[in-house]
Amino acid sequence: MMYDLEIKHQPDAAGHFGRFGGRFAAETLMQPLKEIEDAFYAAWSDPEFHKERLDLLKNYVGRATPLYFAKQLTQEVGGAKIYLKREDLNHTGAHKVNNTIGQALLARRMGKKKVIAETGAGQHGVATATVAAMFNMQCDIYMGREDIRRQAPNVFRMKLLGANVIPVDCGTATLKDAVNEALRVWVASCEDTYYIFGTAAGPHPFPLMVRQFHTVIGQEAREQCLAQAGQLPDVAVACVGGGSNAMGLLHPMWDDESVRLVAVEAGGHGLDSGEHAASLAKGQPGIIHGSLSYVLSDDEGQISANAHSISAGLDYPGVGPELAHMMEEGRLDLDSATDKEALEAFQTLTKSEGIIPALESSHALAAGMRIAAAMKSDQVVLINLSGRGDKDLGTVMDLLGFDDEEQP
Amino acid sequence: MSKRLTEVFARCKAENKSALVGYLTAGDPTVKTSRKLMLSLAQHVDIIEIGMPFSDPAADGPVIQAASERALAAGAHFDDVLHIAKEVRGMNPNIGIVLMGYANVPFTIGFETFADRASAAGVDGVLLVDIPAEESALCADIFKEHDLSQIMLLAPTSTQERIQLAAAVGQGFIYYVSLAGITGAEMGEVAKIKDKLSLIRQYSKLPICVGFGVKTTKQATDLANFADGVVVGSHFVSQITSNIGMEDVMINNLSASASALALAMQKEK
Repeated sequence: MMYDLEIKHQPDAAGHFGRFGGRFAAETLMQPLKEIEDAFYAAWSDPEFHKERLDLLKNYVGRATPLYFAKQLTQEVGGAKIYLKREDLNHTGAHKVNNTIGQALLARRMGKKKVIAETGAGQHGVATATVAAMFNMQCDIYMGREDIRRQAPNVFRMKLLGANVIPVDCGTATLKDAVNEALRVWVASCEDTYYIFGTAAGPHPFPLMVRQFHTVIGQEAREQCLAQAGQLPDVAVACVGGGSNAMGLLHPMWDDESVRLVAVEAGGHGLDSGEHAASLAKGQPGIIHGSLSYVLSDDEGQISANAHSISAGLDYPGVGPELAHMMEEGRLDLDSATDKEALEAFQTLTKSEGIIPALESSHALAAGMRIAAAMKSDQVVLINLSGRGDKDLGTVMDLLGFDDEEQP
Repeated sequence: MSKRLTEVFARCKAENKSALVGYLTAGDPTVKTSRKLMLSLAQHVDIIEIGMPFSDPAADGPVIQAASERALAAGAHFDDVLHIAKEVRGMNPNIGIVLMGYANVPFTIGFETFADRASAAGVDGVLLVDIPAEESALCADIFKEHDLSQIMLLAPTSTQERIQLAAAVGQGFIYYVSLAGITGAEMGEVAKIKDKLSLIRQYSKLPICVGFGVKTTKQATDLANFADGVVVGSHFVSQITSNIGMEDVMINNLSASASALALAMQKEK
């Protein structure tokens, strides 16, 4: 696979995508962020950096990941042909590692000995702890206490990998608070510590950098789709929490005008229930975690404590600024899936194809199947299967009920 | 730019002292008690920083985080922040009043509405910790039109280039953060702070106030000798934290602590 290393749709010099993005950070962090930006651009134009990065993506992560024609699922849905981009087959079980490899290489180039990261469901934490183990870096992962309780297996994985998992008790004790705490720690330690941000949000250059490290997803999928289906997809679908897998899949197809790009937000208990994580559909422009984007907040700017999704990875009251920009430019269509729809899609894919998807990816599946059902059989829907579902078995078991005793 | 802030520093200079800048979060621990605490603090300080509570205070340490959480849990709104500012202004015509907080609150309310109402309440300046010079275009002109000084932060990590940026945008005074860290951490080394202030003074004529980690009168005096102002925040807030449920003790301790720090502002002859 030959990857295109040109940076497309650059933000302006201050990191703005249209009116979004930027660097809304405390003064202490402004210089460290500038240093990361400079290091990123220098690395990106250095062939040695890409040689090492792409070698690791191939031989350590297992890229390119397959594009799989889901024949049974297509039959069951009865519409367009459904292709799945198998990011679940990456080492560590999700797309997150594409970014942590890139940023860990950057941290090493910058001479940082220690990395920190936030995590919600634990996937980014595991991907960070994994590369920290490989690069022999000290690693602290900040995780809301509530999430630690919900995601015990991932916590244990991080600890096995040698990371310290530090519980965060402030605010709602979930992902947004883990970001706040990691930022606080980074302010005091930026001299020797690199903050591996996990999604395409945050202050510049994180949204740009995380997007670039994930574009391997969409670039591969685009080539594979042309080779296997003989055409570009008519629709490309990805779930959105902060937006890392969505930017990875969709951004490389921005200029393919025939491809409809769909971002699927977490509908939680329903978009009108007040308990969802649909920042783009139901939020408003706002400033959180270092950038201007869409956020779920009240009319005085207090960030919503009710952001909810069945999947801990989508349970975030903000969204990456470039997605907000793409939406306002009319280049991104919004969709959503409720907890219930995601749980159904989770079971449908498992039974029809023998693939257990992550609950995050199940949102993309639910919407993707709905979209495919309304299309013709010679059309193609591409869905990003961003992660595997092993981590979610506990949650699903609780919801569907599991009884290992014979019924009397 | 607010004339009142300029006058505060001129007055302090004439009295050979550094300005005492005191911070409390509006609405902490309740709107009613907060009002009394602010009025009490205002009697001892030259400038009062009224914190606008925010759900995600990413630049604050545990003490001020908890203050924000208490205030929001007690139902504090922007209206309450303004009421407090107005009342402080009514009783203290010469004091400087600065609203301090995070960008999303004024951004969501609308900078125009925010500035209009703040100005009408008698506020002199606004400090938004997550609006650096590069992003200040969002609100700079609006604040100017309403005679509000936009106060900029500088930190140990600020380069010469960044100092120049902040100097070009900032008004009222510069808030220098004594250490690379969050509010309430241990104060940075005095010699290093002094060096940085000399550097900043090469690029800006604004008064410089130093904050983050100031707790004792000894620290305050050390800083007062070369800084134009000394900011005390977490230490005042902790008078609330350690006396929850005992309003009178809270107010007495706050008042005693502020009055001791005010005396420590005198510069050596």
